[in-house]
Amino acid sequence: MKLHADFPILNQPLVYLDSGASSLKPAVVIDAMQEYYEQYGVNIHRGVYKMSYRATEAFEHAREVVASFIHAAPKEIVFTRGTSASLNLVAQSIGSTLQAGDEIIVCELEHHSSLLPWQEVARRTNAVLRFVPLTKEGRITVENVKTVLSGKTKVIALTHGSNVMGYLTPIEDIVELVKNLDIIITLDAAQTAPLKLVDVRKLGCDFVSFGAHKMCGPSGIGVLWGKYDRLQAMHPVEFGGEMNDGVRLYESTYKDAPYKFETGTMPIAEVIGFAKAVEYLAKFDHILDHEKQLVDLAITKLKALEGITVYNPNPDFGILTFNIDGVHPHDAASYLDEFNIAVRAGHHCAQPLMQWLEVESTVRATFYIYNEENDVNALVDAVKAARDFFAGF
Amino acid sequence: MAHGSMETLYRQVIMDHYKNPRNKGLVDSSLYQQFHIKNPTCGDDITIQVKIEGNQVTDIRHEGTGCSICCASASVMSTELKNDSLEVAKDKIELFFEMIKGHDVEPSELLGDAVVFEGVSKYPQRYKCATVAWQALKEVVANG
Repeated sequence: MKLHADFPILNQPLVYLDSGASSLKPAVVIDAMQEYYEQYGVNIHRGVYKMSYRATEAFEHAREVVASFIHAAPKEIVFTRGTSASLNLVAQSIGSTLQAGDEIIVCELEHHSSLLPWQEVARRTNAVLRFVPLTKEGRITVENVKTVLSGKTKVIALTHGSNVMGYLTPIEDIVELVKNLDIIITLDAAQTAPLKLVDVRKLGCDFVSFGAHKMCGPSGIGVLWGKYDRLQAMHPVEFGGEMNDGVRLYESTYKDAPYKFETGTMPIAEVIGFAKAVEYLAKFDHILDHEKQLVDLAITKLKALEGITVYNPNPDFGILTFNIDGVHPHDAASYLDEFNIAVRAGHHCAQPLMQWLEVESTVRATFYIYNEENDVNALVDAVKAARDFFAGF
Repeated sequence: MAHGSMETLYRQVIMDHYKNPRNKGLVDSSLYQQFHIKNPTCGDDITIQVKIEGNQVTDIRHEGTGCSICCASASVMSTELKNDSLEVAKDKIELFFEMIKGHDVEPSELLGDAVVFEGVSKYPQRYKCATVAWQALKEVVANG
């Protein structure tokens, strides 16, 4: 995949290995957002004039585009501020129906945005968090989910793909395991939607959350997908303009999903950009294979070096987590930055996993569609040089 | 592979203090004032203890986790400001912040070994690493 021409930001020396945090944006996305602002940048749903109609059409067309990307119906797509907002919406709304003693299954692989909303629910309702024991390698398995499943389980809230370990969760098997039980399964798909691994018909869970900015789209926009009956049963958590269908002094009624969850003026340009990103990704059939090939190559090369610890030697997708022995990840990342290699260093919003790994923090390199073998080589050469540089003191 | 301008950031003195920190470890004593600073984004977590007797800083201890710049900065600070009067300590802290911001500082000799952090001024993304311990000390000294 030679995509540098599609991404204006790559028109400078840059080895970008932080797509797990945010992907780069192709020109088609940037152009679509600019076109909206320059040619029809007005509000939606409200005006009867031509331009507002055009904006509304573009906005609702985007809902259809995003829906078809995950094999869903447009009415099942709730636009949100991003993955975190989607996860919070589910937790706040479903959480308000939980009672003391109800159990919520989570795990230590979770991003803070997946864990904290349920921690807060547990604190408020006295529901109980149950952590799926991870395998020695750090994976979620159906067998281990069984060990925490009980008659009190009301919610299973798991990551679909770990943002630190690059592991995929066997979600279809977990859905199968609990299919006859009244348990809500909600997935954090921030890392897997960019891989085109979210097919809601196949997954079979109740809710899926993801954002645009890790999949070539703009920041500030994401999706909560839910089975329609689940969405309809959910009470909104934000109230105001556009989400209601009749307002009186002391009580009001709300629209049907998805609109009852979309109050206030939505980020319209971002929604339009999101749809363009999805259309752009449509032409890629082998994102997972491409990433996997690069990450495996990187791991093979790093493992051949002395003094490097790789924490996830067998990832399922393009995430590599490592440290240079004796070198703090921030020092390593500063060194790599000197060579215009952008990596993430820190706890990756996954402190429970850092505790599980028994490290303070790590370096993380993530690969995406625009990365190539020379990016792997640049990383490995610079890691080796960094190791030697810091060993020299 | 040449190391670019990394030598200006990571100096021998810094790496020496990182690997062999001075005055490290907290003491259990009511004679010390304590201040804890955390940078949750990067995980730097530093506690500074200061013993002030009369008008003098008579001891500085530090404990915590962080990158080499952050930990070495705490260690260098503890050696450079120990036994200073409060006025001199305040001046040095002020001077250190100015230097990290990239301003010319006079007299830079006052900072002693702490001048090795001058290179940080070229790396604004590491500004917090170099100053976290000094910020903690500043809070304590300000409270006198």
